[in-house]
Amino acid sequence: MASRRPSDPASLQPVDLADVTSDFDSPDAPRKNRLDDPIRGPKLGPLEFLRWVWRVLTSMRTAIILLVLVAFASIPGSLVPQRSSDPNGVSIFRDTNPELFKFYESIQLFDTFTSVWFSSIYLVLFISLIGCIVPRTMYHWRILRAEPAAEPASWARLPYRRSERATQGAAVALDRAETVLRKAHYRVVRDDTSIRAEFGYLRETGNLVFHIALVGILTTLAATGGFGWSGQRVIIEGQTFTNQLASYDSFHPGSWFAEQQLDPYGVTLESFTPEYTKDPVKDVWMPIDFTATVTVTEGDATHEVILKVNEPLVAGNSQMYLLGNGFAPVITVRDPQGTVVFDQPVVFLSQDSNLTSVGVVKVPDGLSEQLGLQGFFYPSAVDLESGALSSNNPEPTNPTVTFNVYTGDLGLDSGVTANVFQLPVESLTQIAGRHTGTDVVLSPGEVFELPGGLGSIEFTSLRRFIGVEIRHDPTQMGVAVSTFFIVAGLLASLGTRRRRVWVRVRGTARIPELEWGGMSRGDDPRLDAALDRLVEKTRQTSTDKVTGE
Amino acid sequence: MTNSLESISLIATYSAMAVYTLAFILFTVDLAGRAATDGQSTPTRWLRSAMAVLVLGFVIHFGADVTRAISAHRVPWANMYEFGLTATLVLVGVFLGINLWRDVRFVGAFVSGFAILALGIVTVNFYVAVSPLPPALQNYWLVIHVCVAVLGTGFFATGAALSASQLFQQSREEGKLQTRSWRFLSAFPSSESLEALAYRILVIGFVFWTFTVIAGAIWAERAWGRYWGWDTKEVWSFIIWTLFAGYIHARATRGWRGRPAAILSLIGFGAVLFNYGIVNIFFKGLHVYSGL
Repeated sequence: MASRRPSDPASLQPVDLADVTSDFDSPDAPRKNRLDDPIRGPKLGPLEFLRWVWRVLTSMRTAIILLVLVAFASIPGSLVPQRSSDPNGVSIFRDTNPELFKFYESIQLFDTFTSVWFSSIYLVLFISLIGCIVPRTMYHWRILRAEPAAEPASWARLPYRRSERATQGAAVALDRAETVLRKAHYRVVRDDTSIRAEFGYLRETGNLVFHIALVGILTTLAATGGFGWSGQRVIIEGQTFTNQLASYDSFHPGSWFAEQQLDPYGVTLESFTPEYTKDPVKDVWMPIDFTATVTVTEGDATHEVILKVNEPLVAGNSQMYLLGNGFAPVITVRDPQGTVVFDQPVVFLSQDSNLTSVGVVKVPDGLSEQLGLQGFFYPSAVDLESGALSSNNPEPTNPTVTFNVYTGDLGLDSGVTANVFQLPVESLTQIAGRHTGTDVVLSPGEVFELPGGLGSIEFTSLRRFIGVEIRHDPTQMGVAVSTFFIVAGLLASLGTRRRRVWVRVRGTARIPELEWGGMSRGDDPRLDAALDRLVEKTRQTSTDKVTGE
Repeated sequence: MTNSLESISLIATYSAMAVYTLAFILFTVDLAGRAATDGQSTPTRWLRSAMAVLVLGFVIHFGADVTRAISAHRVPWANMYEFGLTATLVLVGVFLGINLWRDVRFVGAFVSGFAILALGIVTVNFYVAVSPLPPALQNYWLVIHVCVAVLGTGFFATGAALSASQLFQQSREEGKLQTRSWRFLSAFPSSESLEALAYRILVIGFVFWTFTVIAGAIWAERAWGRYWGWDTKEVWSFIIWTLFAGYIHARATRGWRGRPAAILSLIGFGAVLFNYGIVNIFFKGLHVYSGL
């Protein structure tokens, strides 16, 4: 143990820390404000100026202002749709408010949390934080190895004091006080006539661990975030997804992503079973369970796994989450000779709680004209008074597909990426469906003959699909470990009191007394009771040598 | 059976509101009585009855919460109404609990008044009948995540009551608010003790809120595939956490103790209310569980 206490804590603490350590270190020093006005402008050279900037930056006041700033700077992230969490909302915003969109875009409001202004606030906050914790850690390291503080010059200034007759002599009483303090986990230094004891180093340790762990989170995100990736994919019953870049419907690579990161595996959707119940009050169907049975193939091994909401599937270095589902009617299109020109399940996106869904079929080749179908799917079709159809149940009790049929240039050859869920109906000619006099309404197995001998459409069968997100997030481990230390540090720091207790021998040689004094750093009204307990235990140990506690 | 329990729960909620109103009146009568004796902060006999009535209200309120849980076959915090019902219960419970440790009966009027307002608003505006849970909510994280959020909210509310009293008291100590109608403040401790007390309560709230955010992140990873995605609710939970982190620092900073710290605490509680009342209803996001 080092024999001397660090002498100048002042330079190692934020300038405006309220429960100033120098006060705590020497309680009877006059309450001298070592920096009466720490934030006053300098009159000296550039080095002093830098020092002043650093002191301001690492002051507690700056930390508070930056914390409040970060809080306020986050608000736009909840008011304006964000690309990261709501890309669709951003597109809608662009379409409805093109002028405002340009302005918002120019100040990065759609990317609040990666924007220059938000990043600069939290980076300054973290620089301030690091500038604060590095010297504090050094100081605390020295304190941890130092002896308890020396006895105060003026006991009168100690907030809590006790006096107790030492009936069996000063030395014996002091011995016992030492034992009691050690049992109470104080760090104790004893000499002939006095004891100095200190407790609660864990408070500052926890505080520092908490703040270092915050830096740990930021470092993890910065160092490993770029290796992450995520992608979305729709898998229809019977289909197999193989984990390679081309298999994804959409893919979001981190900045350091490389294709070799995708572990080879395949996932086949065997079946998907939802379960619904009727909300008795609102009289609508509500999903209560989604179960996807999938077969995972990794190397030569194949195993069946259940994928559910809240229960992701782990495959390779990635995880697969069940996020959506719907119907994929199998549509078969034949030419006039009966040759199949199109035959596959088509994903229909659900629009309401009874899974009324919309989808698009594009048949560019095989017929005399390009054919486009705008489809509506009703799992449980019922006729409305208006003559239109509606679905009254999300389960396929009466599955029905209706189509608006178009011919013309589907625009697939123009080189522009076409949205699979949209038909350029303005430039096409409707030949059947709503408002043409020839409705196309099909149940499974039914065939519709296209007008003009173009061919036929069949609603062949019905399958379901699931929408999954596949994700590799290398930040998880580092963030989880940091979070553990955040909690541990927070609890240790808030649950520990920093206390000092001194004991000295007073009175006369014939009637010696033990005098106790205690002080705390910050508010600690319970020190009073704690001191009572220490004195009481010392007294008990005196009368009955056996009892330790 | 289920339906009748559900209506019993609602009746109990209204009864609790009525009993809380009586407690509120008694707490106010006590404060007024104390004010009349000028500078004396000895409680009047009304205070004992106020506390007894409040305990009765709490028991009825607890019954409302439990019957709701039984009729729904799950924890009573799966939609906005249930969250409000349980958070108010926790608020009153925290207040009663603190009284076992230290006499804070002087904020009884604040607490009972807030409980009546909150219960009233929640019951009138957010009430929904028991309905089944969507798959994403059928998870034990619902128990953990929302439970700590409810606890955090209860502590933040109590802390806010103390911080507000602290601000008034400090103004009074500075020679303002000397009119008759403010005399009830003589029944309150000094602004410094109010601040110390508020700090202890709010620190507990902060710990619970930290757990709320962490449990939420773990659940989000399970359900949505990412632990943090700046969903609107996540944004506001982060704002609340940051504001109270600022408050805790303010308490340890010269020039920021006292009034600025108390104002930060109130802004923080404002964000809690906003996150519950406004974000749930008017904001888009993944946390669409208000049931409205």
